[in-house]
This record gives sequence, structure tokens and C-alpha cells, in this order.
Amino acid sequence: MSTTKTADGRSKTGAAPVAPSDTAHYLAELARVRAPGRSPGSSLDASLDASLDSSLTTWLDPIRDAAMRRFSELGFPTVRDEEWRKTSVAPIAKARFGLQTATATQPARGLTAADIARLSFDAAECHQIVFVNGVHAPELSWLKPLPAGVVLCRLEEAVARHRGLVEPFLARLANPADRAFTALNTAFLRDGLFLHLPDESVVPEPIHLLFVTQPAPASAGGAAIMTHPRNLIVAGPGSRASLVESYVGPQESEQTAGFTNAVTEISLARNAVLDHYSLQRHGQAAFHVATTQVRQERSSRYTSHAISLGAALARYDIDVVLAEEGAECTLNGLYMTAGRQQVDFHTTIDHARPNCVSRELYKGVLDGHSRGVFNGKIIVRTDARGTDSIQANRNLLLSADALVDTKPELQIFNNDVKCKHAAAIGQLDEKALFYLRSRAIGLEAARSLLIHAFVSDIVGRISVEPLREALETLLLARLPEYSGVKEAAL
Amino acid sequence: MLEIRNLHATAGGKTILRGIDLTVNASEVHAIMGPNGSGKSTLAHVLSGRDGFEVTQGEVLYQGRNLLGMPPEERAREGVFLAFQYPVEIPGVSNMYLLKAGLNAVRKHQGLPELDAMDFLELVKEKMSLVEMDQTLMNRSVNEGFSGGEKKRNEIFQMAVLAPKLAILDETDSGLDIDALRIVAGGVNALRGPGRAMLLITHYQRLLDYIVPDKVHVLFNGRIVKSGGKDLALDLEKKGYAWIEEEVSRSQPVVS
Repeated sequence: MSTTKTADGRSKTGAAPVAPSDTAHYLAELARVRAPGRSPGSSLDASLDASLDSSLTTWLDPIRDAAMRRFSELGFPTVRDEEWRKTSVAPIAKARFGLQTATATQPARGLTAADIARLSFDAAECHQIVFVNGVHAPELSWLKPLPAGVVLCRLEEAVARHRGLVEPFLARLANPADRAFTALNTAFLRDGLFLHLPDESVVPEPIHLLFVTQPAPASAGGAAIMTHPRNLIVAGPGSRASLVESYVGPQESEQTAGFTNAVTEISLARNAVLDHYSLQRHGQAAFHVATTQVRQERSSRYTSHAISLGAALARYDIDVVLAEEGAECTLNGLYMTAGRQQVDFHTTIDHARPNCVSRELYKGVLDGHSRGVFNGKIIVRTDARGTDSIQANRNLLLSADALVDTKPELQIFNNDVKCKHAAAIGQLDEKALFYLRSRAIGLEAARSLLIHAFVSDIVGRISVEPLREALETLLLARLPEYSGVKEAAL
Repeated sequence: MLEIRNLHATAGGKTILRGIDLTVNASEVHAIMGPNGSGKSTLAHVLSGRDGFEVTQGEVLYQGRNLLGMPPEERAREGVFLAFQYPVEIPGVSNMYLLKAGLNAVRKHQGLPELDAMDFLELVKEKMSLVEMDQTLMNRSVNEGFSGGEKKRNEIFQMAVLAPKLAILDETDSGLDIDALRIVAGGVNALRGPGRAMLLITHYQRLLDYIVPDKVHVLFNGRIVKSGGKDLALDLEKKGYAWIEEEVSRSQPVVS
């Protein structure tokens, strides 16, 4: 079987199986950055650097080494793997990426606070933590005062200073054993966000975590940048916070196509509430793989809003385990693609215990030759009586060449449940278009109105207002003749 | 105002209009009546520019210009308005916005400045009272969850705001109870006036009790087979469409 690549590096025909040898250069890259005398991380002060170096070699290394071995064994998934049947990652497996090392360049070189402001939302009222090419940029980050006992810091710092808070959860929620990308991320595990919320603590401002990919510096041999952000959120009983993960890359150049492979682990204790946003707007040549693993205890509430706009290939795995009675989760999603973009959402909601509630609504707008996959797995365990689950995936195809695969996957092992699911694929309503045009509204504006109306309920669910407005602006900018369209929304 | 000459049209390969000739002058109200399947709604759709119909012969001049060459939005901007038989529900788009965008598109086309929010609101209030429409409907999605009567009133209200030169009312009476019919007809009558032509398309005569036309035409099998004054509608009401059918078959014997 042969794989032909199009100009943007996307696999066009059926993918060739990826041999485990494709994983070898990751091992080499790992060895390179671990070489003595190079400090891979950046931190606020030298004393921390020293403590990091010593601590990193103590308890984390076996985990990372095991993950690297596991990744070498697993190799990249192929389309023969059930979970990857519709999406070939051959373009990622074939490409070569390099890690940004802190010593190679100043992490935030060329990026000013004004640039960040453009990539962020109106963020004055949030905590903002910025990483550039995977390396923390302290000069672009800030924290507001935090309630007593709350730990909000870089994961690297937490590994060194808060081992007792980190170790029981890190790499235990997201399992590297059977997932290649999680194994790979764990092998390169270094930095990201750590948030610990003690009992009944509330962080009122949103926590904005911004990962920026910049073109690779010449000193890195021109290799495209890879990053493996790792985030860990441990929410104690009755705590509450909202987290925004943004991924942004350069919009123009294909050569700078980076590879982001993020893993976010979330543990919610009883009655904890987390509102979680993820906004991906890489350039059109980037690769983005993101895994979110959530474990919910009694009566906790988790809401996810996943918005995917950029990247040549974006794959999301969102797994929620409703591990104790009365837990509730809501998964909202929106993907908008054009050109030859591919986006793939695999979500799993595991109703493990009785009387849990899940709500899921994903919407897609696909134009050009783009392709979308939605696979929504709902598991209802034998024990999970009183499960209440509703899932819907709705897609709008704007071109005859766009394609979407949607698959609800229900595994129900208890009869005392309410489970509903719906999947729909359609085009813009011709009758509605004509109605608008008959009221003097031009064709392009009418199309924009209807597209906007289609996505507006997902956007409306975003409760961080400046984020909602920023997203609205981003979406409107993609619609032709959009002036005034915003007004049309209800 | 409107001149239809020898108009032939097909839909899905099937010939529906077979040579319509009709002239409507400014300020006139014409009723087009006919049995189901005679081509009434097709005529309305061809005039307003809906996709799915092919004009195979003939032409339509509107204010001396080729109407059929204009996309639907240009027709609307030039002053053609279609009141739909089945108004479309558009979730997520507000009624208020639709009207404002539409009105401003018309004004821009006429070289007029956009209406500011206050003036627009004033206009909306005035025109809503014309059809006794509940103001809360304005902030809802277009036609979503409206009753049949509310939808039809909304059509006439939109017509009042957009102030067209040529209004085509497609079966505006269908599905209305007598009170709603009276309100809708009252709205239409208030909009009659110099410079505005109307084409009422209807199956039943009862609408014409409330909106008295200047001329009545009977459409049958894609052609206008009879034209007359308002009394023609009363004859139709008494004798039914079968009477027309007989007349047509007598005057056009089948040639073998």
C-alpha cells in the first residue's frame, strides 16, 4: 500500500502501516534533550532550575522511561486500529519534529505582550500562563492573587515542590499503557499546568493556559517543532474553577507545521465543578493531538467546550469516567474546517455508577474537501441504574466535497436507563436561504446568517464572556459578508 | 409595472406554465385564481426567483427591465415582495434582524442611508399595529413556533416595513380563521395605494370579500383562460372550477 502526500503533507490515499521504527527518532530526540549540560526547561530562577534537575531524575524518570518503551512497542496507531479507522496519522509518523530547548533560544523571542493579547481574549481578569513552543514564557504570564491553599503553577515546578499532590494522579488518570500518543506525551512529560484546588476553594477568574507554536529557529536545524504539553487538574471536594486551554500557531507557513500532542488529566472530587474550554486555532498545516482524561466523583460537575478551528489534522480523545453516583458531565463541541483539513473527535463517557447524567452536543461545519469524524461512545455499566444520557452530533456540509463520519456508539449493560442519541448531516436549508434572499439579503450574507445560526447555540454555552466574544469574532471573520450577522443572533 | 409575456416554465422536467400573458399596472390589484395544480404557486415562485424552476419561453418585464435575469435579492431590492404560502422557520436568526438587514439592503439600493435604531423601532411599532402583531414576536427567531395566523401576519408586517412596489401574495388566506383573515386583509388594504401593484394568488373567493380586486384571472392548466372584473370571482364561487374546465374543453377541442 502506498501513501501519497498532498502539498500540505496530508495523507491522500489509504495509509501505509507505520512500522515501530518510525518511533526511533523520538528516542534519539529524548536522548538529545536529556544530554548532560543542557537544561531543557526554563524557570523563574536558577535555584529552581537546580532543584528541578535533581528532582526530575528521581521519581519521574522511571515513569517517562516506561512510557517511552511502551510507545516504541505500540508505535503510531494505523487505520487498522478500531479507534483510528477513519483517521490516518501517517503524516505525523513520517514527519520529523524537534523539541525546543530553552537554551537554544529565548522562549518568547519576537513575541510581545501585544502579540499575546491578540492571541488571547480580553484577559485582564484571568490568570494567564503562556508557553511558547512548549517552554514557559514567564514574561508573558501572570497570576492574580489566589485563595489560600490553591496551587496554580507549572507542572515542572509542581513535580519538584508538590510531589505529594502530584504523584497520586499524574500518569494514573491518562494511561500510557494502551494509547500511543499518551505514552509519547508521557515520555516527553516536562511541563504544562498544575492546578490543585483544596476543599471548598473557588478560583473566580478563568485560568487561561495559552500554548503558542512559533516557527522553528534555524538553530534547531529547521525541524518542525513538537510539543507535549501536560496538564494536571486536581479539584478537591466542593471546589470550583474554570480553565481555558488555547492552542495557537502561525497561520501562514507550511514549513512551520508543528506537532502538538497534549494530555490533560482531570480529577474531580465530590461536588467539585470544573468548566473546561479548549480552543484550537493552529495554522492550516499543523498537527494537533489532544487527550483529555476526566475522573469524576460523587455529584461533581464537569463541562467541556471543545472548539477546533485550525490544523491540517486534529484528533481529540475526550474520556470521562463518571466514577461515583450523581456525577454529571456536559460535552459541547464545535469544529469548523475547510480546504483539506481533517478533524476527528473521539469521546467516551463511562457511566460506571448509578444516577449519573451526561449531555453531549457536537456540531460541525465542513467546507472544501475537509473531513470530519465524530465517534461518541457511551458506556453504561451493569451497576449504572438511573443513567440519564443524551448525545447529539449535527453536521453542516457546505460543499459537495466535504465529508463527515458520525457514529454514536452505545454500550448499555443496564435496563434502567434513559439514553438518547441523534446524528445528522445536512446542507444549508434551501428554503431558508431563499426566504432570506426574498427579503433583500444577499446570497453570501444569507449563507453566513444560517451558518452562524447553526453554531450559535454552542457558542452561547460559553459562560466566560470575553472568551465567547473572542470566539464569536473569530467565527464571524470566517464568514463572508458577516457585518451585522452578530446582531442577528438571539 | 409588470408585464408577463408568453411565460412557459417547467419544474423537475414537467411543464407547469404554458404561456401566461398578464399585464399589471401600478396601483392595480389583480387576483389569480385557479384549482389546485393549475400553476398558481409556480407563477409566484418564478416571479420571485426561486430555484428549481426553468423558464423555457417568454419573458417578464418589471418596470421595463428583465425580471427573470435578477437574483431574488435584487428583485426584492427593486421592490418585489413575495408573501409566502408557507413562511419558513429559521431558528437562530431573529425576526428583528431579518427585517432590519432587509430594509437597509433596500435603502442602500435606493441610495438612502441606513435607518438608525430609533427610527427603525418606530417604524416597526407602527407597522406591527397594522396587523395587530405581538411585539414580543420580533425578538424571536424568524417564524419559529409561530402559529399559522402569526406567520401570515408576519408576512404582511414584513411587506409593510419593506414597502414594495409589487407585492405577490401566495395563498395568504390559506389556513386562516375568519378573524385572522380579517386582520390580514385589513393590513393588505391599508397598503393598497398609488404606485403599488398587488397580485393575489388564491384558491378561494373568500379572501376577495375582504380585498376587492380590480381584475380577476382564472389560471387553468398553466394558462390564463378567463379574465374579468371582481364579479368573475363570485361566478367561480357559485359554479366551481368545473365550469371553467368545461368552457376550456369546449373552446379547445381535442385534436386527434
